[in-house]
Amino acid sequence: MSAAQSLVLLQDVSKTYHMGDVEVHALRKESLVIEQGEFVAIMGASGSGKSTMMNIIGCLDRPSTGEYHLAGRLVSRLSAAELAQVRNEVIGFVFQNFNLLARTNALENVELPLTYASTPARERRLRATEALQRVGLADRMHHFSNQMSGGQMQRVAIARALVTKPRLILADEPTGNLDSRTSIEIMKLFQDLYRAGITVVLVTHEPDISQYAARVLVMKDGRIQSDKRQAPREAVLLPAEAEADS
Amino acid sequence: MNLLQTMRTAIRALRRNKMRSFLTALGIIIGVGAVIAMVAIGEGAKAQVVATFASMGSNLLMVLSGATTAGGARGGYGSLPTLTWGDLKAIQSEVSSVDVAAPQMRISGQVIAEEQNWTTGITGTSSDFFTIRNWPIAKGELFPKEDTGAKVVVLGDTVSEQLFGANVDPVGHVVRMNKVPFQVIGLLAKKGQSPTGQDYDDAVFVPVRTFLTKLQGSMEQFIPGIIMVSAVSADATTRAQRQITTLLRSRHRLADGVENDFSIRNLAEMAAAMEASTNALTTLLAVIAMVSLLVGGIGIMNIMLVSVTERTREIGLRMAVGAKPTNILSQFLVEALTLSTAGGAVGVVLGIVGAGRLAAKMNWPLLVKPEIVLIAVGFSALVGIGFGLYPAYKASRLDPIEALRYE
Repeated sequence: MSAAQSLVLLQDVSKTYHMGDVEVHALRKESLVIEQGEFVAIMGASGSGKSTMMNIIGCLDRPSTGEYHLAGRLVSRLSAAELAQVRNEVIGFVFQNFNLLARTNALENVELPLTYASTPARERRLRATEALQRVGLADRMHHFSNQMSGGQMQRVAIARALVTKPRLILADEPTGNLDSRTSIEIMKLFQDLYRAGITVVLVTHEPDISQYAARVLVMKDGRIQSDKRQAPREAVLLPAEAEADS
Repeated sequence: MNLLQTMRTAIRALRRNKMRSFLTALGIIIGVGAVIAMVAIGEGAKAQVVATFASMGSNLLMVLSGATTAGGARGGYGSLPTLTWGDLKAIQSEVSSVDVAAPQMRISGQVIAEEQNWTTGITGTSSDFFTIRNWPIAKGELFPKEDTGAKVVVLGDTVSEQLFGANVDPVGHVVRMNKVPFQVIGLLAKKGQSPTGQDYDDAVFVPVRTFLTKLQGSMEQFIPGIIMVSAVSADATTRAQRQITTLLRSRHRLADGVENDFSIRNLAEMAAAMEASTNALTTLLAVIAMVSLLVGGIGIMNIMLVSVTERTREIGLRMAVGAKPTNILSQFLVEALTLSTAGGAVGVVLGIVGAGRLAAKMNWPLLVKPEIVLIAVGFSALVGIGFGLYPAYKASRLDPIEALRYE
């Protein structure tokens, strides 16, 4: 069965919110398959249902109807505690506003998901160090979030998402708070992860950013309006800027 | 996430807001400190009362003779001798709840040594008297059991000091009372003051027969004084009182309806009543202190609620990266518990120091019972859990999406 191989398998998933007497259909019976190793951008205006889609894929929310299989496991009816464990083991999150812990250094921020996986301290430290090296922050391990630039903070957040060796990275507007040059840096990082075989799903409303992905879903009014595959645009830093960065 | 990590996370969170954490813990510090100090003060007062009564004698009853009535003027207890030597013997031998009984006859007189003299109370009694009064001998010996009428005297510490000087052994010296030479055979241990400030040690003691023949005229069968009785136990004093009353009424041939021609004072009962009232005081103080501990707990709850609200985003993130609701619950619970037990520990130290200072000032013994310390610390931990539970539960029930979006 191909469903077992697909990383993300949504079948007739809908999500309805009740706001007083009004029913809001954030997602209307959509189905979606994302295979292991894809780089998907979910586009759409605000209110299009892309955030709801991401929350359900990310196991932060449960669908009202329909079934969701993640990595071959039916997760649409799991309890809050079970979902937490699925998030911890399978998914890495990257947010628009980084969400680093205040007064906590980069290394400890990256270690955080591992503490909930009950990884021994020595191994936590080792894996957090590796993850930070992978995002190019080997020299910033003991810096606090207030001592770092936005780009550096987002790299720490990506390292935190990577540290559990997840099968899926979910990024919600990861470049929304960054300038265009830093945005390209971050997108280059995501492309590197994609090439290394990690599945990346990113939510954005910027068409520029979606060009770096290999597949673009456009959402509107709770439905997938289009689903196109493309050759991803190469994220290349301008030589002068690259020099200035290093 | 194990307990150690949870604790480290909690301590880090508390250190992020040092001033706030300190002020929150202060409520518990004051509460626990107050409980310990108040209970120690109450216990000290109680011990003081118990010690005072114990110095008067153990399980003590005093039997006083009746009152005279002459031309309408009533003489008061002891003015009419109604107690006989036979009564004393009967109390001693016939009443089951009585341990020992001894007469106490007292006159004021001058005691003359070689170089000094001193006027004091001269008591005629038997050697049992010292058993009843819990009064040990410091030097020499007490009267012989057999009362032979020997001219011997046992000195109280104050008298000895007045006659022979401090730290001088008076045993072997001769003193004169009522022109009769008495040989000093013993020096009593220092006993201190009575609850009314009377100096117990300002007294000398001679055997009954000697007292009656050499110092005070004999009144044949009547005892010119009172009978001191020691009951077999503290619980037996009331029974002894009843039994002695029955015995004396029958010996004095009092018909029903006739008033007693003697009276019995039960010091053990008084002591128990005093102890009960100080116990009530201790309880009252402890309850008031507990209330302040409760207020401290409400302070913790308040701050934990604020903290949960402030850290909504952090909670959302922790949930997103894999924290289960129970992880969040235990994190905030441990924070509340850390605040309350740290406050409790400091409160214990402050409470003991405070109680010690007060005890020193009031001349009370310092009594910090370990069980009170345990109760206070345990209670503060309970307060931490009790008042930390609601905010922690609230945090654990947050929706990760809403929490992440919280501004």
